[in-house]
Amino acid sequence: MEVAVHNLCKAFGAVRANDDLTLRFAAGQIHGVLGENGAGKSTLMKLIAGFLRPDGGSIRFDGREASLHGPGAALRAGVGMVHQDPLDLPAFTALENLLCAAPRGAIGSRAAGRQLLSELARRLGFTVEPDAPLASLTVGQRQQLEIIRLLACGARVLILDEPTTGITAAQTRALFAALRRLAAEGNTVLFVSHKLEEVAELCDTVCVLRAGRLVGEQLPMPVPQRRLLELMFGAAVAQPTAGGAGEVRITALRSEGGLPANAGEDGTPALPGLHGSPTTERIAGEAVWQLAGVSARAGSVALRDVSLSIAAGRIVGLAGLDGSGQPILLRLLTGRMRPETGHILVNGRALSGGGSRAYRAAGIEYLPADRLNEGMIGALSLTEHFALLQNAALVDQRAAERAARAAIADYAIKATPVTPIRALSGGNQQRALLALVPPDCRGIACEQPTRGLDVASAQAIWRRLLERRLAGCAIVFASADLDELIAYSDEVLVFFAGRVSAPLHRAELSVARLAELIGGVGFGGG
Amino acid sequence: MDQVTIFLAAVLAGAAPLIFATMGETLTERAGVINLSLDGTILLAAMIAFAVALNTNSLLLGFGAAALVGALIALVLSFLSLSLRQSQTAVGFVLALLCTELSSFLGAPFVRVPGPSVPFMPIPGLASLPLIGPILFRHDLAIYASLLLVPLIWWLLFQTRTGLTLRALGERPQAAFARGVPVVPTRYLVTIVGGALVGIAGAVYSLDLKQGWSYRHTFGAGWIALAIVIFGGWRPWRVALGCYLFAALEILALRMQSVLPGVPTQVFQVAPFALMIVVLALVNLTGNPRVTRRIGSLPPGLRQPVQALVSRISAPPPAALGQPFERP
Amino acid sequence: MQSQELNLQPEPGRKQASGTWWATLRLPLLALGGALALTTLVLLSSGVSPLQAYRILIFGAFSTPVRFSDMIMLAAPLLLCATGLTLTFSAGLYNLGVEGQLALGAVAAMLPLRLFPELPPALLWSLCFACAAAGGALWALLAAWLRLSAGVSEIFAGLGLNFLASGLALYLVLGPWRRSGSASMSGTELLPRELWLPTLGALRLAPLAPLLALLALALVWWAVRQTRWGLQLRAVGLNRVAADRLGVPAQRRIAEAMAGCGALAGMAGAIQVLGVFHQLIPNISSGVGLLGLLVALLVRADPRWVLPVAVVFASFTVGSVQLPLALGVDSSIAGVLQGALVLFALLARGLSRRVTG
Repeated sequence: MEVAVHNLCKAFGAVRANDDLTLRFAAGQIHGVLGENGAGKSTLMKLIAGFLRPDGGSIRFDGREASLHGPGAALRAGVGMVHQDPLDLPAFTALENLLCAAPRGAIGSRAAGRQLLSELARRLGFTVEPDAPLASLTVGQRQQLEIIRLLACGARVLILDEPTTGITAAQTRALFAALRRLAAEGNTVLFVSHKLEEVAELCDTVCVLRAGRLVGEQLPMPVPQRRLLELMFGAAVAQPTAGGAGEVRITALRSEGGLPANAGEDGTPALPGLHGSPTTERIAGEAVWQLAGVSARAGSVALRDVSLSIAAGRIVGLAGLDGSGQPILLRLLTGRMRPETGHILVNGRALSGGGSRAYRAAGIEYLPADRLNEGMIGALSLTEHFALLQNAALVDQRAAERAARAAIADYAIKATPVTPIRALSGGNQQRALLALVPPDCRGIACEQPTRGLDVASAQAIWRRLLERRLAGCAIVFASADLDELIAYSDEVLVFFAGRVSAPLHRAELSVARLAELIGGVGFGGG
Repeated sequence: MDQVTIFLAAVLAGAAPLIFATMGETLTERAGVINLSLDGTILLAAMIAFAVALNTNSLLLGFGAAALVGALIALVLSFLSLSLRQSQTAVGFVLALLCTELSSFLGAPFVRVPGPSVPFMPIPGLASLPLIGPILFRHDLAIYASLLLVPLIWWLLFQTRTGLTLRALGERPQAAFARGVPVVPTRYLVTIVGGALVGIAGAVYSLDLKQGWSYRHTFGAGWIALAIVIFGGWRPWRVALGCYLFAALEILALRMQSVLPGVPTQVFQVAPFALMIVVLALVNLTGNPRVTRRIGSLPPGLRQPVQALVSRISAPPPAALGQPFERP
Repeated sequence: MQSQELNLQPEPGRKQASGTWWATLRLPLLALGGALALTTLVLLSSGVSPLQAYRILIFGAFSTPVRFSDMIMLAAPLLLCATGLTLTFSAGLYNLGVEGQLALGAVAAMLPLRLFPELPPALLWSLCFACAAAGGALWALLAAWLRLSAGVSEIFAGLGLNFLASGLALYLVLGPWRRSGSASMSGTELLPRELWLPTLGALRLAPLAPLLALLALALVWWAVRQTRWGLQLRAVGLNRVAADRLGVPAQRRIAEAMAGCGALAGMAGAIQVLGVFHQLIPNISSGVGLLGLLVALLVRADPRWVLPVAVVFASFTVGSVQLPLALGVDSSIAGVLQGALVLFALLARGLSRRVTG
């Protein structure tokens, strides 16, 4: 079945996730859909599979316009989607998952379901036991079961969102063989991935999204890797010396922040700036964090054997696509998660047994990406937040209000001291989050510190972070923005499927190099 | 011997309303909705069932009215919690108290008025079987229905496709949505059906077990039913066992009082709750990683039986119980 | 269960946004109108003149000094329970175990009365209240422990513990503490007159009870609004994850809120024993805890409204006692009105949420 979208639009708040997309996926082929984080791949797939409703435009299956009021309607039309975290029922057995809410016409009885399950599994080379409880299966097997279920329910178009995250190499091989076979039988496969090598290996065509728009349409494979990276991340990859807006921004910022502004003056964003400069030498002090042989796991992603040391006054950027393991490291660094093996020292001391509060007492702050759900309390005001941070038993309302006013002035937060936090804009919330970090803090771990912020707000945030670093604070931040990573990091760690690259020092950083590593290209072989 | 059969028959009869209420609640909670209004629903339904049966002289209409009352209360709960997103706990709790008071107020004219009750109906032939005859087949229709209800609910939940869909709503509504199930309307439907069963429980009290209506005469049955559903781990057979256990303790308490005056035997009645709390704690502790690790470090000879015991006891609640569903 | 949405606390942001008198009064008016409509319908259906019934319901408690003192003696334990529940609702908990905490408080209050009846009354009373507070707190901490270490929802733990507490009271009344002669469901032997809380003349009003309740309310109000502890409590109730990030020991605050509520409910139990029933009866709470939950749900844990709503609810209940004699209808219409008020308040909140998106 052929899938086509015309002038498809979908916005979340002010963000245009899909901006007037028009494209076509031919039947009987495997189509790769590429793009960096937030490019709009998942939104497009969810629109086609009926999980989201478009704001405008149309979706056509075999030329007929489809009005999808839900995923059920899409599946009846023949489109099924396998999510990165399969939307299945862990409390059920494999067979029950297959039968649950399956159309009666597709699977007549329990016995028929059992037969269909083993038959499809055999045909596709999958290993799923009908009576196995789902909780005992691996992510790979659950994914296989979802594929079987969708096919059993009559899907002729299969959408797979980052299917190779968290599955074994053997399972990947089995998956690819099955997908080829399905395509050869006339089905359409949409393969969403950021792993260039896999796309190159599997797909017949590829399309590339960037910032909600289509930048590469139906390119027949093979396409040179360099060209794909260029499409995904923009022209900067091809012309690393061209100073974009990002670099200009950095230059301006550096001089403002009182730091040597020797980057960008000659048009090269090579950013040797802070490295080796006297300032850096002075502030780079003792290790704030030391990790030795740390392994940890969250869901399907596992970090293995990470050893690193982060000194006071250093800024470490964490690069990688969503679900590659950066949040695990951030959570380890802030005591929100305990390592399975290895140990973590903070300021040279093991805070063994202590949770996030012990880390906080040791001067470690966590700035989550989800400011309203994890960072601050939406219904409380800035004054109340400062009151929470006081030490006395009684709230000193005046002092709290003074602190709030000072923060509002210092951080240019657009709010009154009594405005509830949730009434602030994203940029102001992020500034408030930063203003709440105590002055004597030793290490800050932030997740996407400038996500969703406009350029001016992002600059303001970084100005504050750089001040903190000058005061001797170590900063670790995860970001999806390559320009940001390059502009501010002393070194960058790239995450790929739970693996961590060797630290890339400032001098080695370039958009091209990062883009390759993020896509898994040249990733240490093991 | 005779004493024992009489006792067992009394247990089956005494547990009948609890069976209806708990089976209704099991259905509802399996779909992810907590109907905390049980106590009020049972009382109001009991009162209205009696009033309707008395005025129309039709037991059938009485039972029908009770089911309707239960369904209506469940509809109010569904609207406030599923559509208007108020806390299920708060709404259910308020409804429980409100309906209790309504039953007292509206039911005042019917207090201790003699009225119709479900006629005794031994099943010919079977009733004269030795042993099981007097236990199982010398009751009335309502009690036979309660005996059949347990396997029926079990069959519905665990042997049918409908049951799979229903349980999916309570385990992971997002997964049900992905499979094309209209989550909120289906939850409405299940809550209303469950509420109707709870309503019937009320009718079984007033038209059968207690043969009449009086203020709050089911004292606390709804809260007890809620506790039994948890005790039974949302599994019909175990829930039914809880009902029979409770009824047995209740009857024992009455008997013992006449046999041993002075011994406060009512205390037996709270034993199920102590048991419930211990079971709940055990069930929840089995999910605690620290406990799992500790069991893992037991000597091998001990580990296996402990693990087996834990897995037998453990009955996790439906994963999405009480949670609102957000359409993506 | 754990992540249940609690939207009990006032939302200042939204109120400020719309600002007009209609916006602030819309919800209370809608709730009041709906509740009155339902109650009127119920009254009409039983053939009573609603106006007369409302007159008795609303003003009955203030008609004679005897009734007024009855109202105060109901309002005092009610206020204590509702005040305690302000703490737990602030921390985001549904403490359905408040009935059991009250009952256990009553049982604990009996201990010094039985053990040291010779002590001077003032000392004995202090001891009673201390024991009652400890007993209630202990019972609440049991629920908190079940919630925090075993993951049992406080709703179900509370329900179960309610039955256990009433079982315990029943056991004591019928067993070890039974009246000399024969065990009776009607309660233990009456306390000697001199151990009853002192009353105003011949009235049943014991000033100590409302005084204690007001003191507790003031203390909780102060703690919730003025201390950092109270702010932390609210932070935990609003967003446990963020509160934890900001350095709030969330688990401790939850346990403390539960213990605080249990202590106040326990003291309400002591009032029931010393000032209302003058004995331990099986149904010692007589629904005060449940009524307290209704009050707390209606005021959304806002201490400003606890006192007026508790007094209004208590006066409905006491006023309604005259209904059977005056109009020949059951007194439970007070409960209908109370329940309907909360139900329609929930409805109004839900509707306004839907309108404002």
